[in-house]
Amino acid sequence: MTEITSLSLFELIENIKEKKISSNEVAKSFVDRSEKSKKLNAYVTENFENCLKLSKEFDNKPNFDLKLPGIPIAVKDLFCTNEVRTTAGSNILNNFVPSYESTVTQNIWNEGGILLGKLNCDEFAMGSSNETSFFGNVQNPIAKDLVPGGSSGGSSSALAANLTPVTIGTDTGGSIRQPASFTGTVGLKPTYGSCSRYGIVAFASSLDQAGPMSKDVKDSSILLEVISSFDKKDSTSIDFKRNNYSSELTRNIKGIKIGIPKEYRVDGMPDEIEKLWKKGIEYAKDCGAEIIDISLPHTSYALPTYYIVAPAEASSNLARYDGVKYGLRSSGESLIDMYEKTRSEGFGEEVKRRIMIGTYVLSSGYYDAYYLKAQKVRQLIKQDFDQAYNKVDAILTPSTPSSAFKIGEKSNDPVSMYLNDIFTVPVNLAGLPGISIPAGTDKNNYPLGLQIIGKPFDEQTVLNVAYSMEEKINYKNNITDWWME
Amino acid sequence: MVLCDIIFYHMTIDLKTVKHISKLARISLEEKKAEKLANDMNSIFEFIEKLSELKTENVEPLTSIAETTLRLREDKITSDNIREKILKNSPEKNDDFFVVPKVVE
Repeated sequence: MTEITSLSLFELIENIKEKKISSNEVAKSFVDRSEKSKKLNAYVTENFENCLKLSKEFDNKPNFDLKLPGIPIAVKDLFCTNEVRTTAGSNILNNFVPSYESTVTQNIWNEGGILLGKLNCDEFAMGSSNETSFFGNVQNPIAKDLVPGGSSGGSSSALAANLTPVTIGTDTGGSIRQPASFTGTVGLKPTYGSCSRYGIVAFASSLDQAGPMSKDVKDSSILLEVISSFDKKDSTSIDFKRNNYSSELTRNIKGIKIGIPKEYRVDGMPDEIEKLWKKGIEYAKDCGAEIIDISLPHTSYALPTYYIVAPAEASSNLARYDGVKYGLRSSGESLIDMYEKTRSEGFGEEVKRRIMIGTYVLSSGYYDAYYLKAQKVRQLIKQDFDQAYNKVDAILTPSTPSSAFKIGEKSNDPVSMYLNDIFTVPVNLAGLPGISIPAGTDKNNYPLGLQIIGKPFDEQTVLNVAYSMEEKINYKNNITDWWME
Repeated sequence: MVLCDIIFYHMTIDLKTVKHISKLARISLEEKKAEKLANDMNSIFEFIEKLSELKTENVEPLTSIAETTLRLREDKITSDNIREKILKNSPEKNDDFFVVPKVVE
């Protein structure tokens, strides 16, 4: 039999249900492999012992009706987990132990999932390379000293290295899809309002969404079915009829209309991305889709809009870290002095930079020129998509403008780092579902992804197109376990 | 290029502004770091200036993607008494209180 850790979530569930393997065997395999993979630095907090204990408890009293029967799962350390340290990759939350559970993780435990550990991420999810984490860089298992993408970089690394069967990330401007693209894995950002934000450390509340990351499309459909739920505890959670995403998954997408937006052909885009996109269009045609050229005229304004909206909301959300009720406290002569020193020592450079930008654009006299202006442009970006969806059912684009880069390569230039998210950010601004699937490699043999964007609440079509294209693409990660001890 | 309806205040962000913003954000800043931050902010704002190309006088701002009115809930306690768990996370406490540096003379 193939190694347990290289099985898909679907295969693991089947094997457990057929009693071919026990939950404890599965947990042991992932714990062992994780223990031997410390060089990747994917974990911030391990929950290995507890996971093994809970898996035994599951085996003693199994419930095979659950959707994730006894499956160990490591999650991004941005989800609050009751009694388990939650850091958001920040020094300021280094010792924070929540007394509550995020709804998304609770949904996973309710269906039989078991917490394996908390995965590294960019500090407060602000970054595209996992280099802003207080807990250090994460290695991409694809090659040494390559970033795993970000902000869900610990998640993408752990997933690609088979340290967890599936994982969950959060995506504010591309933080699920970009790391998935960089590691040859699948990452889905659901429609805004699908997955509850309750208990997720907040970054930019009008953009943040949790979503599944997995080795294949089917696994994402299983996990999405578990985590997507209406939640009264999140005031922007939306009460809509959710599909049984995994049982309704089909490769029959004949006649589906897929739009190709010309504005995504950006200046300086490498040839290999252009080629990948063209290949993707051919695959989509092979699957029976009808290809239609569309225009999203305000695409080039998305990143500038995002870099007003996201920092503005972040500066407001992060005002809560003041050294009083939880987290780090630095000593100061007065209350204000204590606040200022705590925040200066507790936050890293990128987080401070974004708080400063956010504070500036919201400050008196600048609000209309920046924040209000950005909200208006956001409206135009959303209208672009609304109009496109009168003609098409889904949109196909590259996921990122490049493959994974070396650690340190872009960390000194914030704007060049921000450009990573050029194809993913418009989707967050418009609140749409989007998935990244591995579709090929570049000249270095590093993975490249394609993105499928759907109509609001139409995750099913996004998944179906991805499922169908995945079969034609038949991508295989070539990972050599170079980091293993 | 379309004429902009709002003239952006795209003067460069100087050290004095950076220090003022850091006060507002309650983040203490060393002189050396303030200079680097001013440079970074300027390059980011240069990039943001692109928005001034767009005419947006008659566009409604998009404040929320979820087009629902925010729900209200009954003002009722729903959690158990978790005072101790909450206080356990505080950097400094005294009995049932959070402790902060003295604020009154």
